[in-house]
Amino acid sequence: MSNIKTMTFDAIVIGGGGAGMRAALQLTETGVKAACITKVFPTRSHTVSAQGGITCAIASADPNDDWRWHMYDTVKGSDYIADQDAVEYMCSVGPQAVFELEHMGLPFSRTEQGRIYQRPFGGQSKGPNDSTQAARTCAAADRTGHALLHTLYQANLKRGTTFLSEWYAVDLVKNAKNEVVGVVAIEIETGEVAYIKAKATVLATGGAGRIYASTTNALINTGDGIGMALRAGFPMQDMEMWQFHPTGIYGAGTLVTEGCRGEGGYLINSEGERFMERYAPNSKDLAGRDVVARSMVIEILEGRGCGPEKDHVLLKLDHLGEETLNLRLPGICELSKTFAHVDPVKEPVPVVPTCHYMMGGIPTNVGGQALTQDDDGKDQPIRGLFACGEAACVSVHGANRLGGNSLLDLVVFGRAAGLHIEEQLRNGFEVDGASDADIKRAMARLDRLANAREGEHVAAVREDLQTCMQLYFGVFRDGESMDKGLQLLNEIGERVRNTRLTDTSNVFNTARIEALELDNLFEVAYATAVSAVERKESRGAHARNDFTERDDENWLKHSLYFPLDKRVGKRDVNFSPKTVDTFQPTIRSY
Amino acid sequence: MLVSLYRYNPEADNAPFMQDVEVELPKGKDLMVLDVLNLLKEKDVTLSYRRSCREGVCGSDGMNMNGKNGLACITPVSQVIKKDKLVLRPLPGLPVIRDLVVDMSLFYKQYEKVMPYLVNDQPAPAIERLQTPEDREKLDGLYECILCACCSSACPSFWWNPDKFIGPAGLLQAYRFLADSRDTAQAERLAELDDPFSVFRCRGIMNCVSVCPKGLNPTRAIGHIRNLLLQRAT
Repeated sequence: MSNIKTMTFDAIVIGGGGAGMRAALQLTETGVKAACITKVFPTRSHTVSAQGGITCAIASADPNDDWRWHMYDTVKGSDYIADQDAVEYMCSVGPQAVFELEHMGLPFSRTEQGRIYQRPFGGQSKGPNDSTQAARTCAAADRTGHALLHTLYQANLKRGTTFLSEWYAVDLVKNAKNEVVGVVAIEIETGEVAYIKAKATVLATGGAGRIYASTTNALINTGDGIGMALRAGFPMQDMEMWQFHPTGIYGAGTLVTEGCRGEGGYLINSEGERFMERYAPNSKDLAGRDVVARSMVIEILEGRGCGPEKDHVLLKLDHLGEETLNLRLPGICELSKTFAHVDPVKEPVPVVPTCHYMMGGIPTNVGGQALTQDDDGKDQPIRGLFACGEAACVSVHGANRLGGNSLLDLVVFGRAAGLHIEEQLRNGFEVDGASDADIKRAMARLDRLANAREGEHVAAVREDLQTCMQLYFGVFRDGESMDKGLQLLNEIGERVRNTRLTDTSNVFNTARIEALELDNLFEVAYATAVSAVERKESRGAHARNDFTERDDENWLKHSLYFPLDKRVGKRDVNFSPKTVDTFQPTIRSY
Repeated sequence: MLVSLYRYNPEADNAPFMQDVEVELPKGKDLMVLDVLNLLKEKDVTLSYRRSCREGVCGSDGMNMNGKNGLACITPVSQVIKKDKLVLRPLPGLPVIRDLVVDMSLFYKQYEKVMPYLVNDQPAPAIERLQTPEDREKLDGLYECILCACCSSACPSFWWNPDKFIGPAGLLQAYRFLADSRDTAQAERLAELDDPFSVFRCRGIMNCVSVCPKGLNPTRAIGHIRNLLLQRAT
């Protein structure tokens, strides 16, 4: 054995956000020897920034609410490439998962009856035959993510979960049989490197919004799990699907929740017109996020943007009154004052579509088991590897996620991964050991950085990468410009592989972490670009000027990006829910 | 603007020192202190600090700016700058790991001491536990804490007894669960706090209230705990 320190667990969860902590909690509760590895202290994870709520048919606002209606909305919102068995699972198990959170102590807002308060969110209806706006998003004021993340951390403390806090996972360790058997990680405080050995490795590393120049995402959202899986040779699904949130604060990129529009706020252009009435006569400002974001960009492109540059629109909230704003949207009032220098009680908030969420990710089944495809196009499990949360693509969001479904995804599938792993281990799941060479391979990036004497600084390359993605892979795309973007990415890739680290110290070396993160940002960006070029249609968040229509004949499919030969294949979408009839694809209108 | 930075790398420096750096601020734009740090780091990658959400909700970048604790990401330079100078130091009273990064273990340990989780000895119902809006309102101003440690590290009582005095952040969370109508462990919680140090080392200095970036009031929560402890004793 090499002289590297080894720690051994039955299961490890990489990522201490909502999905990771829910998985870790499930594992610890069922007696599995597990550890949660997280590059920031758990409550600093990006789940903390989620505002509006967690969508779930708990039948509080409407006693007759039905999870099947939520399922219908989700499938429709996905533009029909969400897997219906997974959506069925999420929407039907959802209430139990939400009640569990409440029992753990999550301080939900309440109705007069003492039940959980639910607000209207985009894309919500009362089923296929009734387009009435539903109110299905369970909220803790506009700090639901914060409340959820802290509650999960507290529940893990109660159960005594092992945390490796401020440890950064570098790369997956694979044995000779291509099984995943843990990860090489670095303790940020000391710089010590260790092999963390496990029979089950869960990637719950969240999103990667930092591939774009303008994003609502935290600085830590660098797609570390996606990067690790791609470097290990595993495929990624639907990576072209990126959600642009309609209401990022102009200039700063920070999010203001869709709940603002749920509570009655609306968007206006430079003429003071509530323009969503034209684009979505029924749902108006609560149409799907892709629809609203595109409408905003069209308004701006056609010269009806606001401000001296005419490059944003306004979110009007003042008509809701000070009392409602303070009760239901206190965090938004705070953020608007800090980042837009605007008090929503008096003035509208300047907003612009901003990169928000990665619908794609590591393909998994409902139990979080990561999947690849064999030569015949059949799903094959990747032994030892699991994923959940934003890093995974189950897929419940397809081509466009509905607001409030990400938090539900986290807890339902974090929990499911924990259940599934516990069961596998109980049934005697074993993997082979890793050789020294296997471990050494996962340290290659550390070795390169330690020895690079020449090369560029990380920050400059990162900025060019983000600008490239923003310019060529934004809300509207077309073949010609994406080809240009991909070419540019190839050049940036060369620079990424040749960055240099001028700080080689061990103690809390954040420069080293940023250099490692850049590799992951690049992997994610490249997978996005290649997949986006390949999907020759417009669906959900992927809107092309050269292929403006949805093409169900060829593309009612998942895209699957294979990193070794940089090829994009296809994977069937699941249309076989277990207990309800299939929702057949139809024209999507709001 | 002159930025005076606390620098310390245990591998290279015998002792901490202040490093003065001139920073050109872009005209017409009021940067946040975190933006300034990011600019500085582009020039000198060895500068270390924590950051994550950059919008004041994750609590990573608590630090001391011109003498006052706060979050770098939501503190505009214009709000703290004095005589064109900005002095940045790590949170006081906690061991420094490197530059602006402090060791928060003691702070977290005090938080863990207060049983910061809901305890309810009744079997959970099939749906949520009911709570009136009035009871829920009692948690406002308590549950919003982001564990940034700005308050505890501004508290002289915590500086003096960081191992025995829970400190404002931990006590705010202690009260968050004492005040929750769904919690059934009030007696046990109070018994744990009932000693000369855990709560009663608070001298009402109120630095915690003055620095809390979320506008919370730990001193008031501590007052409520004192009352509960006194009621319990009589």
